[in-house]
Amino acid sequence: MRAGSIVFWFGAVVFLAAVFLMTQAVGNEYPFFAGYVILQFVVLSVAWSILGGYAGYVNFGTNAFFGVGVYSAVVLVKAFQAPLAAQIVVAAVVGSLLGLGVGLLTLRMRGIFFSIATIAVAIIIETAVTNWRFVGGAAGIQLQRPPVMPPFDSYVKMLFFVQALLVVIAVATTRAIQNSRIGRGLQALRDDELAAECAGVPTLRLKLLACVISGALISAGGAPAAMYLQYANPESAFNLNYSVSVLAMSLIGGTTHWIGPVLGAVLLGTTQQLSAVTISSEVNVLVLGIMLVLFVVGAPKGLIGLVRRRSKLERAGS
Amino acid sequence: MFSLDLLRDAVVLGLLLGCFYAAVSVGLSISFGLLDVPQVAHPAFLVLASYGVYLCNDWYDIDPLLAGLLISPLFFVIGLITYRLYYETFERRGSDAAVRGIAFFFGVAFIIEVLIILQFGVDQRSVSAAYIGKAWRLGDLRIPMRQLVAFAVALALTISLATYLSKTFMGRAIRAVAQDEEGLRLMGANPVRVKQFAFGIATAVLGIAGALLIIVAPVDPTLDRVYIGRTFCVVVMAGLGSITGTLAAALILGVAESIVLTMFGASWAPAISFALLLGVLAVRPQGLLGR
Amino acid sequence: MNRRNVFGLGIAITMLGFAWGASAEEAPIKIGMSMPQTGALAGGGKASLLGIEIWRDDVNAKGGLLGRKVQLVVYDDKSSPAETPAIYAKLLDVDKVDLVFAPYGTVPTAPVLPLVKQRGLLLMGNFSFQVNSKVHHDMWFNNAPWGPADSWATGFLTLGKKAGGKTMALLSADQEFAQNLATTARAVAKKLDLPIVFDQAYPPSTAEFSSIIRGLNAAKPDIIFVASYPPDSAAILRAVNEIGVGDNVKIFGGAMVGLQFAAVMESMGSLLNGVVNYNTWLPEPSMHFDGTKEFFEKYTKRAVEAKVDPLGYYIAPYGYAMGQMIEQAVQATKSLDHKALAKYLRENEHKTIVGTIAYAEDGEWKESATLEAQFRGIKDKNIDQFRSSGKQVILFPEKLKTGDLVTPFEAARK
Repeated sequence: MRAGSIVFWFGAVVFLAAVFLMTQAVGNEYPFFAGYVILQFVVLSVAWSILGGYAGYVNFGTNAFFGVGVYSAVVLVKAFQAPLAAQIVVAAVVGSLLGLGVGLLTLRMRGIFFSIATIAVAIIIETAVTNWRFVGGAAGIQLQRPPVMPPFDSYVKMLFFVQALLVVIAVATTRAIQNSRIGRGLQALRDDELAAECAGVPTLRLKLLACVISGALISAGGAPAAMYLQYANPESAFNLNYSVSVLAMSLIGGTTHWIGPVLGAVLLGTTQQLSAVTISSEVNVLVLGIMLVLFVVGAPKGLIGLVRRRSKLERAGS
Repeated sequence: MFSLDLLRDAVVLGLLLGCFYAAVSVGLSISFGLLDVPQVAHPAFLVLASYGVYLCNDWYDIDPLLAGLLISPLFFVIGLITYRLYYETFERRGSDAAVRGIAFFFGVAFIIEVLIILQFGVDQRSVSAAYIGKAWRLGDLRIPMRQLVAFAVALALTISLATYLSKTFMGRAIRAVAQDEEGLRLMGANPVRVKQFAFGIATAVLGIAGALLIIVAPVDPTLDRVYIGRTFCVVVMAGLGSITGTLAAALILGVAESIVLTMFGASWAPAISFALLLGVLAVRPQGLLGR
Repeated sequence: MNRRNVFGLGIAITMLGFAWGASAEEAPIKIGMSMPQTGALAGGGKASLLGIEIWRDDVNAKGGLLGRKVQLVVYDDKSSPAETPAIYAKLLDVDKVDLVFAPYGTVPTAPVLPLVKQRGLLLMGNFSFQVNSKVHHDMWFNNAPWGPADSWATGFLTLGKKAGGKTMALLSADQEFAQNLATTARAVAKKLDLPIVFDQAYPPSTAEFSSIIRGLNAAKPDIIFVASYPPDSAAILRAVNEIGVGDNVKIFGGAMVGLQFAAVMESMGSLLNGVVNYNTWLPEPSMHFDGTKEFFEKYTKRAVEAKVDPLGYYIAPYGYAMGQMIEQAVQATKSLDHKALAKYLRENEHKTIVGTIAYAEDGEWKESATLEAQFRGIKDKNIDQFRSSGKQVILFPEKLKTGDLVTPFEAARK
C-alpha cells in the first residue's frame, strides 16, 4: 500500500502542476469557467460517495449542503469581506455541523427513510434561507470580487486552481477512508447493518462520521461558487439538479472505489458542458436520468465495474 | 390577525384539503406501506396522471373525474410492469440493491418530470368543468366547489379501498403478504403475483388522484417535488400500511397546513409537511396506528 | 463526364465560391447574448428574441451597421443565473462578440452585471428591474419603461387614493421582483398617508389562495396592491372570483406579472374585468409611434411559426427598441467603442417604436412609461379582442391616459 500511496501523491502533484500551468498558459477565460464546474462536480460526487457509496445511505439532500456552502461564503463576504480561504473553511465547518445534525436526526433511520429525511432537511433549510433578508432572501444577492492576486491574472483562473486543490483534498480524504478501518466498517454497514452491529462495528458512530465528513466536503466545494457567479439566490444555490447530478455521477461511475465518482463526474460533467449550448437543456437532463436508470439496473458496479474485469484495484486498494 | 372565525375557516378548509391528501397518498400506503417498495416516484406518477387527465379534458372535453377513471386501467398496467421490473432487478438481489432501488425510483421520477416538461413546457395546466370556479355558501363561509368535489371523491376512494383490503379475498391476501409471506405461500397463493397486483392497484388509484390534483389547483411539472413531502409525511405518520391511519394522518396534515397558512403567513407553508415528517420519524417512527 | 471530372469541377466551383464570398463580405458585427429559451422565463425570452431578430433583419436589409451585417450569437441560459457567467465568458472570449445584450429577466441578468463592470463593457438591459441598483455600472441601459423604482406603486396607489381609498393591503410573492416592488409600495404608501392593514408575502410555489384572500378580506382594505408572478397571478384571480373581495375595495391589481401574456389573458378571459394592472405597450391610440405598426405586422406573421406569444405587446417591441438604440449609437459615433457608445446613449434621446427614450444616471429611463390600465369588457376564450383598443384602458401616466377608473372593483368586474 505504501507504493500505492506514493503513486497517488505523485499523481496529485502532477495534476495540480498541470492545472497551475494551464492558468498561466491559457489566456482565454472560458475553459476555466467550464472546467471549474467539472472540478466542482468531482468534489461533490467524491464527497457524496463517502456516505452514499461506502455506507450505502443515499443522501438526496446534496443540494442543501451545497447551498449552505454557498451561503456561508455569502455571509462571510457580506459581513466581513473575508478572503476566499476563510469562506471555504467556514463553509466546511458549517457543512460538518449540518452533517452532524442530519446524522443525529436520522440516526436510527434506514434506507428510504434516510433519503426522504434528507430531502426534508433540504427543503426546510432552503425555506429558511429564502426568508433570511440579510443574504437577500428570495431575491438573491450580487457580490463583488476582490482584486485578484498574482500569480493569477484573473479571478476565475484562481477559482479553477482552488477547486483543483479541493479535488485533491476530497479525493485524498475519501481514499484515506476507503483504505482504513472506517472504510471497511462503512462497507460492513452497507452490506448488512444488523450483522455489522452484532459483529461489534460501531455503526452509529461511523454513520455520524460519514455524515460529518461528507457534509463538510460538499459545503466546501460549494463555497467558491458564490465568487464564481458573483451572485447567489436560493433557487439556484439549492437547486435539486445538484442532488440528481451528483447521485447519477457517483452511481454511474461506481461507488466501491474513489475513482468511480471521479470518472462519473468528469465524463458526465464534460458532456454536460459540451452539450449545454447545443442540445436543449431538458434533453440533457433526460439523458442523465436515463443513464442513471440504465446503469442502476444493468451495471450495478458502475463504470469501474465494467472496466474492472482484469484489474485488481479492489484488493490492492490504491 | 387572530380571530375565531378565521380559525374556524382554516379548520374547515384544512379538513377538505386533508381528505384530498389522503386520496393522493393512499396508493403510497399500499406500495410503500404494505409492500416496502421505495416508491419515490409515486408523486411523479401522480403528476403524470394529472397531465393525462388534462389531455382528455383539453382534446375531448371529457369531465376530469371521468377522465381519471378512464386512465386508471392504463396506470394499473404501468404499476404491474414497474413492479415486475423492480422485483426482478432489485428485490431478488440482496442488500446493495436497496441503494440502487431508491436511486432507480429517483431516476424514474426525474425522467417523468423531464418528459412532461419536454412535452408540455413548464407552464401550468388546468382543467375546466362545471364545478370549477363556483363556490358554495355556508353561512358567511364561501367554499370553492372544486374542493368540495375533491373532498367527496377522495373520501369515497379511501373508504372503498379500505373496504376492499379488509373484506375481499385479494385484499386480505395483500395485507397478508405484507405481514407473512411464507404463510401466504403455504396457503397456495403466489406472493409475487399478489404484490404485483397490489402495486398495480396502488398505481391505478393515482389515475383518479391525478384528476383530483388538477381539479383542486393547476399543475406544473415540478409539482412532484412538494408532494414527495406530503405523501410520505402522511404515510409515515399513519403508520405503514394502515389505510384508515392514512385518512387520519392526511386530515391532520391538511388542517396543520391550513392553519399555518392562514394564521402565520405562507412563507413557511412548503416546509410544514416536511417538518411534520421529520418530527414523526424522529419521535414515533411507527406512526399513529402503525403495524 | 466521368466521376473524376465532376468531382474536380465541383471542387473548383466550391473554391471559387469561397473566394468570392471571402472577398465580397466583411466580417459581420456580432452581438452576443444569452436568452431564456427553456425554463420559467422562456415565454418572454422567445418573444424578446423574435423582436431583436426582426430588428436584425430590418437593419441588414438597409445595409447593416457601418457597412457590415449584424449577426446575433444567442445561447439558452435556461432562465438560470448559474448559467449566464459562463455563457458571457464564452461570448466574449471564444465567440469574440463586439457587443453584448443582457438576457430577458432580472434573475439571469443579475450575475452578468458584476462581470461587465469588471471588464468595462456596455450592456443593453432587457426587462430587468433594479438589477443595477447595487452594482452601479455606468454603462448599463435598460430597455424597460420602468424608470424610477417606485413608478408602479406611485401610479396605482395614486389612482386608489383619488378614488377615495383610505387603507391598503399588500400581497407579494416572495421573490426578487415582487419584493422590490413591495418595498417601494410601502414607501409610497407612507408618502400618501395610506395605512397598510394587511401585508403578506407568500412562497412562489403557492397555488391555493383562498385562505390568503380570506385573511386579506378580514382586514377590510380599500386598495389591494398585488405583486405576483404568472402562475400566482392567475391563481389569485381565480380565488378572488370564487370568494370575492369586499364591496369597499376601490381598486385591485397593480403589479401582477403574467396578465400581459396572450396565453394567460385568453385563459383568464372575463376574470380579468375590473383589474387595474401594469403594462408596457397596449394597442391604444396614445401608444403608436414611428414604425410601431410595421413592427407588429412583421411580428404577428412570424410569431405563429416561432411558437411565441401571438400578440407580442408586452416584451417584443422593446427587444426591437434595444436594436434601434444600438443602431443609432453606432451610426452616430461611427464606432464600436463601448465607452463612446455609452456616452452617446447617456447624453441623447432615442426615437424608437415604443416612444422616445432618455436615460438617467442609473441606466433606467428618466421618465417612467409604466402603464396602469384597467381591463374592460373582456370575454372568455377570445384572443383577438385584445388587438382592439378599449379593452385595456390606460389610466396612468397622464401623458398616455385614455380613460378613467371604474370603481368600486366589484362593480367594474361585471
